[in-house]
Amino acid sequence: MSNIELIIYCGLITFLTRFSMIALLKKEMFNDRIREVLSFVPSAIFPAIIFPAIFLDSYGSIQLEDNPKILASIIAMFIGVLSKNILATIFSGLVSYWLIIFVF
Amino acid sequence: MNNKLKNFFKGVKDTSPLMIPVIPFGIIFGVLAIDLGLTPFTTIAMSIIIFGGASQIIFLQLFSAGASSLVILSSVGAVNSRHLLYGTVLSEHLSDLNLTWKIIVSYLLVDQAFAVSNDHFKQNKKDKDKYFHLIGGGLNCWTIWQITTIIGIYLGSIIPERLGLTFAIPLTFLALLVNDFRKLINVIVIIVSGTIATLGYQMIPFKAYVIVAASVGLFVAFILTRSTKKKHE
Repeated sequence: MSNIELIIYCGLITFLTRFSMIALLKKEMFNDRIREVLSFVPSAIFPAIIFPAIFLDSYGSIQLEDNPKILASIIAMFIGVLSKNILATIFSGLVSYWLIIFVF
Repeated sequence: MNNKLKNFFKGVKDTSPLMIPVIPFGIIFGVLAIDLGLTPFTTIAMSIIIFGGASQIIFLQLFSAGASSLVILSSVGAVNSRHLLYGTVLSEHLSDLNLTWKIIVSYLLVDQAFAVSNDHFKQNKKDKDKYFHLIGGGLNCWTIWQITTIIGIYLGSIIPERLGLTFAIPLTFLALLVNDFRKLINVIVIIVSGTIATLGYQMIPFKAYVIVAASVGLFVAFILTRSTKKKHE
């Protein structure tokens, strides 16, 4: 599959998840229980992207020592929980990462 | 002013404050795509065809890790499954539209537009042109997303690689989770999913670690929400 084909398929999937709910879903199809579990989707998926990107080195091995990304992420998490601000979270993490690798 | 236009511009106005975090998100996407070796054409095509921040960034992440097409597709689908959550609410307000408008509205339905239009629809149930609010909000997001992608593509070719901007990927997703760090069940799900993905990164075949970790995480959420409910009864 070429890159552009893959992008078109991904676009179709994204579109269909948005379209299906408007076109097909009826109120009865989702009970409270399913809705409750679906509300955990971000908490279930995003860490699977976050953790490996922080804890693994570029070869895919776990790197716990001498890894500036761990401290920078912890700082970003604290700033995020306190400020509830998306921008503050991203930039506090990036700035602490740069301070650790370039200054200290 | 024409009622449709009035709704349209109300949608543009209501989504505008929510565009502030979208601006760096779009720029980061453009920078990373160029960093990871995609052409400017492919990068713009992604922003137009997929038009979804989280989907596009997970695509980049898996693409650069060498994941197969099937894994990329299913992971994008999994990230998007959160859209299904909105279903019950919107279908109620948009059921009278014809198919063409439903398709247009669906393409433009991003989280930010949904958030403000849902409130607007509830307050203006009788207005038959109310869906133009969603189109205005969605087109506002669309325009900002394409412009910031292009800015990112331009910056991507001049920002030095040693700045480690790929670290912005986990940070962006971390930022989307900040409200969940306060809730115990969410924290458990986050730790379970993250640990499985990290340990399984090399062991789980086809780079399917995102899907495997997310499925186990959801299953844990299913069990935990059931047991806490039983205690209350």
